[in-house]
Amino acid sequence: MRDPIQTSPHPEEPRSGVSKDAPAFSVASTTILRDAPDGDPQDEGSRGERATILDVHGASCRFEVSQPWLARVVSRSPRRVLRAVEDISFKVERGTTFSIVGESGCGKSTLARMVVGLQRPTEGSLRFADITRADGTIGPPRVQMIFQDPYASLNPRWRVGDIIAEPIRELKLRKDEGETIARVGDLLEIVGLSRGDALRFPHEFSGGQRQRISIARALATEADFLVCDEPTSALDVSVQAQILNLMVRLQKEFGLTYLFISHNLSVVRHMSDHLAIMYLGRFVESGPAEEVFNHPRHPYTRLLLDTIPDVEKPNRERRPMSGEVPSPIAPPPGCAFHPRCAMAGDICRSERPILREVAETQLACHFG
Amino acid sequence: MNAVATEPLLSVRDLRIVFDGRHGPLTALDGVSFDIAPGEILGVVGESGAGKSLTGTAVIGLLDPPGRIAGGSIHLAGQRIDNLPAEPMRKLRGRRIGAIFQDPLTSLHPLLTVGDQLVETILTHLPVSRSEARERALNLLKEVGIPAAETRIDHYPHQFSGGMRQRVVIALALCAEPALIIADEPTTALDVSIQAQITTLLKRLCREHGTAIMLVTHDMGVIAETADRVAVMYAGRIVEIGPVEEVTRRARHPYTAGLMASIPSVHTRNAILNQIDGSMPRLNAIPPGCAFNPRCGIGTDFCREHRPGLPPSRHAAACHFPLREAPHA
Repeated sequence: MRDPIQTSPHPEEPRSGVSKDAPAFSVASTTILRDAPDGDPQDEGSRGERATILDVHGASCRFEVSQPWLARVVSRSPRRVLRAVEDISFKVERGTTFSIVGESGCGKSTLARMVVGLQRPTEGSLRFADITRADGTIGPPRVQMIFQDPYASLNPRWRVGDIIAEPIRELKLRKDEGETIARVGDLLEIVGLSRGDALRFPHEFSGGQRQRISIARALATEADFLVCDEPTSALDVSVQAQILNLMVRLQKEFGLTYLFISHNLSVVRHMSDHLAIMYLGRFVESGPAEEVFNHPRHPYTRLLLDTIPDVEKPNRERRPMSGEVPSPIAPPPGCAFHPRCAMAGDICRSERPILREVAETQLACHFG
Repeated sequence: MNAVATEPLLSVRDLRIVFDGRHGPLTALDGVSFDIAPGEILGVVGESGAGKSLTGTAVIGLLDPPGRIAGGSIHLAGQRIDNLPAEPMRKLRGRRIGAIFQDPLTSLHPLLTVGDQLVETILTHLPVSRSEARERALNLLKEVGIPAAETRIDHYPHQFSGGMRQRVVIALALCAEPALIIADEPTTALDVSIQAQITTLLKRLCREHGTAIMLVTHDMGVIAETADRVAVMYAGRIVEIGPVEEVTRRARHPYTAGLMASIPSVHTRNAILNQIDGSMPRLNAIPPGCAFNPRCGIGTDFCREHRPGLPPSRHAAACHFPLREAPHA
């Protein structure tokens, strides 16, 4: 069950069993705490200070991808565990945007699903602080998600008004139907559509307009915390600008907190206050966005910044990063990035670098 | 090919594509004209529905009904190809024009090894023996950067990663040494680091083989890094065409300028992005005159009545009021 080559930076932490079928997570190691812990001076955030709204501590998510039991015993093949997210810790401050950047398969979407509660962490905790919510009540923030594909995330058989009203009706946020309809109209106007659009169906809208509907639906619950999983990746660049501007405006107006998942570094630079670069389930670098963009320290961050196409430098000769992201089932020993890293030394092949403080940022690299 | 080096390799003139729908014909491509020189990479950029993929589809003769070419002409190295019957066109496709599509998994046959697919393509187009074809397939795989090509040649497409599959597709397109490759969003399905590998590979192969590429993509960054010239499409028309440095840095058409300004920068952080309000008109509601005039900041009554033409200069914009006067017109 336990991986023999596992090199944990926290050997004192108990490792819970990895099991997909039986979610027998122990309460001690696997909890999504909804309450602020005692004695933790939680700023309500209502006074304008930047208070921590989400505290992720040592979160891991592993999936068992072994063959079925009998087949495994007969063929004597070992258990195989996919480490989607490994030992990740970060804090998100209220009213800011925390971005997670990485290539496909790095675990960023799994992390997003853990934050919204669609996926249980195998280990570690995700803790939302109590805040004064948008509607005046005190409690953990209301969390909503905006998905990548606005064509798949809206029910094609429902009118837009019903799509947006569903969370209001389900959570009984308005007294009667009249108030619900008025609220839906307000929400449509907030995201730049018209009240009359409530009667239309999703297929009558373009991709950008559909993403506006998704945002209206997320706001319908008086959400404070939005997890945005590649919200503009399916959109054209001019529409992307409209949606990003809308998201920035809504953040200012309603004090929203965003967890922004993207592979597009330009978009991330535009949106983020803090960011983390993920590689093979772990953060390799994280910190204030400006610091990371201006002084990228991890070779992976530097290579990512170097390889993105740049409209401002046409026909630049670039050095593409060789190799591909290894499989998270059998990650390379030592630093997971070493097979693609130009600076890799012997220590990188044998010892996994732990995340340490460098200037304002955190960095997981033996050099740099 | 070298004999006609001064002539354009591909010449598209006033191409018009019409879809016969239930509510009458819809004009999807309206008067598109451009040339591609031998060995040149022409980027075609535009939002979804602008007609960029349709242009590529028409050039390789894969336009399906109800779409049809309603006017104009396509010449490949002086030979008219838009009115060719199906069989000669099929022979031309693959031999003279190769194609690379967005999704490398759907462009490969899942039940044949990549070697079989390459050998089959080579045998179809070139007069070689099976063993010579396999030798050539192996060299192609090495050339596109497949590690351990000797063993990988007998693997199936699902055993390759996305980036490696796209390399196989590029090898397939190169099988018969075509003079022109239509690459339709070749890097869109790939991660940024893999995307950089593929565009660099395309550029290198284009240089080494003297192959011209029509690179269709929505990503201005990919165009800027790869293409020699770029054509910007909007609502089925080319609104601006010119050398890539000039179009990206000194755009003349208000649409191109707005598009460039709406791309977030990795170098600086702006509080608010420039945005073009509204969206591209649908095919049944393209406004008269300049198609961009309802969204244009400088549109006048003249723009609403008169459709601007694309002048034949090196850097041209189809606009009555281009943003800068051409310094070298």
